[in-house]
Amino acid sequence: MRTIRFLLQKEFLQIFRNKGMLPIIFLMPVVQLVVLSFAATYELREVNVHLVDFDQSSASRQLVNKFQASGYFNLQNRSVDVDQGIEDMRANNVRLVMVIPHDFERNIESGRPASVQLNIDAVDGATAGLIQGYGRSIIQDFSSEVQPRVKNLQPPDQQAIEMIPASWYNPNLDYINYMVPGILVVLVSMIGMFLSGMNIVREREMGTIEQLNVTPIKRYQFITGKLFPFWIIALFELALGLAIARFGFGIPFVGNIWLLFAIAGIYLLVVQGIGLFISTVTDTQQQAMFIAWFLMVVFILMGGLFTPIESMPSWAQDVTLVNPVAHFIKIMRMVLLKGAGWAEVQRLVGILALMTIIILPAAIFRYRKSTG
Amino acid sequence: MDAFIGFVTKEFKQIYRDKRTLLVLFGMPIIQMLLFGFAIRNEVEDAKVMVLDASRDEVTQQIISKVDASKYFTIEGHIQRYDAIEDLFQQGEIDEVLVFESDFARKLQRDEQPAVHIITDASNPNLAQLIQQYSSSIIVDYQQRMSDDDRIQQGGIGTNVNMLFNPQLESVNLFVPGLIAVILMLISALMTSISITREKEMGNMEILLVSPLRPAQIIIGKVLPYLVLAFVNVLTVLVMARWVFTVPFRGSYSLFLAESLLFIFTALALGVYISTRADDQQTAMMASLAGLLLPTVLLSGFIFPISSMPVILQWISNLIPARWFLVIVRSIMLKDSGLLLLWKETLILVIMTVGFIALSVKNFKIRLE
Repeated sequence: MRTIRFLLQKEFLQIFRNKGMLPIIFLMPVVQLVVLSFAATYELREVNVHLVDFDQSSASRQLVNKFQASGYFNLQNRSVDVDQGIEDMRANNVRLVMVIPHDFERNIESGRPASVQLNIDAVDGATAGLIQGYGRSIIQDFSSEVQPRVKNLQPPDQQAIEMIPASWYNPNLDYINYMVPGILVVLVSMIGMFLSGMNIVREREMGTIEQLNVTPIKRYQFITGKLFPFWIIALFELALGLAIARFGFGIPFVGNIWLLFAIAGIYLLVVQGIGLFISTVTDTQQQAMFIAWFLMVVFILMGGLFTPIESMPSWAQDVTLVNPVAHFIKIMRMVLLKGAGWAEVQRLVGILALMTIIILPAAIFRYRKSTG
Repeated sequence: MDAFIGFVTKEFKQIYRDKRTLLVLFGMPIIQMLLFGFAIRNEVEDAKVMVLDASRDEVTQQIISKVDASKYFTIEGHIQRYDAIEDLFQQGEIDEVLVFESDFARKLQRDEQPAVHIITDASNPNLAQLIQQYSSSIIVDYQQRMSDDDRIQQGGIGTNVNMLFNPQLESVNLFVPGLIAVILMLISALMTSISITREKEMGNMEILLVSPLRPAQIIIGKVLPYLVLAFVNVLTVLVMARWVFTVPFRGSYSLFLAESLLFIFTALALGVYISTRADDQQTAMMASLAGLLLPTVLLSGFIFPISSMPVILQWISNLIPARWFLVIVRSIMLKDSGLLLLWKETLILVIMTVGFIALSVKNFKIRLE
């Protein structure tokens, strides 16, 4: 026990003495959490529009005003040449070219069908879908406003179905609530995986591992000494991040925070185990880093953080079963936002525990072989 | 000059002798492309819907089957009680619940407004927003078609929508060009920064500095192998984009390759700059990994449109090199944009590259004293 205590003391000292690393460990995650959480949204803000208005009538002007008044669209350019509009889209100045044909007003007034053309930049399909949705509903509104007035009939008894949307757990569709827990998981995982993995391969690259091997330190003591400090640091960072989430972003914590920390403790052992395993199969920090980077990118992009796992093809959904990041992100969101308790998360925690039982001993075993 | 050539040869040999690293360097981008190209989707597909239909008449049945028929939704089944919704959402298996009030068809006939509640699990707000939008447009469509049947067309304004450059709204076409940027950025910046810091950490830098090589030559020698490596990766990724993912390539190949080269320069210069600031590999790699990974993925427009971000973040995103390269790649591949339309983005990348080089030179000299 004494040996471990001294080892820990040494490791902590080494970490806190490294002035270059300290801001990276403690400051960068906080900054990223605060800044990046705002980035991950499809929420539609001012879409730049190129208007091609062949009609130049008061009706067309009214429609355009309605578009601008909606707050979603911003008239950037206008011309009477569709090609010029498309060219504007090619140059990425606008994402919508709206074409109002000749006779637009005349058709409306005489009760003939009129039409508006929306040319949408669909490179980003999800946004294009939203632009289409908002655009159509504005035109629909305009249509029903303008109809009864010009036709002088009683309002056409619009057979309407009333649609009442309700967004549970997050009534204002506040995406911050969703992103902050997820991004926090990624930041904590990076600390856990990169640092502990690097630390050991670094000893090998520097040759100091030989020295450690001739000391009477037992392997489990050595591994504990290497993993424990970053385990503590990562948990500390989780606490810090949650504090920011709670008091900075005002995210409601519906669930039990202690449950979350207990699960985080297990989860961190998994990522540290992976880091440790990587460091046993590599010779240099460069190799270790590249593999760690690769895994991390896969874990993040296939973790349901940015794009929903449900949208993936089913084989990819199966792949995410072995992704610890995906499980922990899910647990975080379930506990924090929906107030899920042990009963709801126990299956996921079971998977994480199983991963720990597999990866950690495997890494320690490999480590012995490669240095013994 | 001989010394320089010798040095460069040595660097190349050192990297290319290390078969394991090479495998990683070439293999991993390919695996990543395959994985993400096939797996990442940001459009809604088969969102799971439960129905609470208190009416069970012909109209609600028609709407339900219309929802089920669309590729966006799958009807998973019916529930009888409102209380059951909470459980469904808690387990996370269902994305949306449609609740039809009783007497739906009758109310519709009597010109009352029957209500349909579209309840989404908005703990994922992005997904919830998309599926709400999709479900209401299905219902609006249904309504329109019904009124068309009922009476003679009374005019009204139709909307004619064209989805340009990506008519099938395929996510692949958005993500594959983006992946090129992310992979290049991280490989080039990460590898160079670590490789140069390694020399420092091992104490080799001192030896190199007393050699007849000038500092600039040392840096160029270090960077050149990675330039070649990254360029091979560009070609691999391009081949995969074309023939594995069949992403259309409408623009000019030579412009694409030239721009890629420029972007590799930017990333390498950034890597060199990081290495002049960091004293050991650990710091260098944390700076380039932890510091670049999330910002590059999140702020470049790779997944989330920059125009949706708060204004401050839009400014910050201007500092991310990948943001500009992404616009260039997507425009060349999907929109056939020429240099004339992309000069601004290109110029910004040139300025960034020069800037990083200047900063590196300045820092490097300080270290020599």
